[in-house]
Amino acid sequence: MKRSNEPIFWSLFGAGGMLAALIGPALVFITGIAVPFALMNPDTMSYTRMLAFSQHWAGKCFAFAVIALFMWHAAHRIAILLHDLGVHAVALVKFCCYGLAFLGTVIAGYTLLALGG
Amino acid sequence: MSIQRPYVRSMDGWWKRNAYYTRYMAREVTAVFVAAYAVVLLVGLVRLSQGEAAFNGWLQALKTPLSLVFHLVLFATFVYHTWSWFNIMPLTMPIMFVGGKQVQPGTITGTGLVAAVIACAAVFFIVRRMHP
Repeated sequence: MKRSNEPIFWSLFGAGGMLAALIGPALVFITGIAVPFALMNPDTMSYTRMLAFSQHWAGKCFAFAVIALFMWHAAHRIAILLHDLGVHAVALVKFCCYGLAFLGTVIAGYTLLALGG
Repeated sequence: MSIQRPYVRSMDGWWKRNAYYTRYMAREVTAVFVAAYAVVLLVGLVRLSQGEAAFNGWLQALKTPLSLVFHLVLFATFVYHTWSWFNIMPLTMPIMFVGGKQVQPGTITGTGLVAAVIACAAVFFIVRRMHP
């Protein structure tokens, strides 16, 4: 019997969903509302500070985990959502959704490595 | 030759048929916003790697009213994601026993929500402490 690949995608979905549930609201508030609109120190996300953040191993891991896991979480849910909405080309939908998450993961990983540090 | 087609009830708008389906759909749709936020961050990361001018362009884009509205919507959906994630957790996780007694759904949801509030507060205060 062919082994199912479902546990892998479900684990990534679960990990991303958990991370988003735990810290997602805080991240959106900080990066999208508080810092750009000066409720917090606008310098928090300056080029110098973000560069230093992305060049530290812990910052790299954090940024990679957030971007990649959020994408895998969303990819899995959106694939199922499309099925629920009557798109029955399951293999194609999964290929596109997981493919985009994979692409995002590669871009994030490559960029973080290229930033050095 | 006539082709007889069996009657198939339309499934259009099935999720509007009862409140349970609608809540299910609302929960699943949050994924679109999670993906959108990941893309915003990914673009920021790529712009960061392209140098100061490129990154400042991304920062400027975040300061537009459109971005504010977008992030307010994102914030609302993320809060809803948090709430719904822990709300269904009693169903998605294996049944847990403590001291021979099954942990009640309300306890699991409540613990998760408290953990989320603590985690969000921790992120907020760590960032503020690093950049007062």
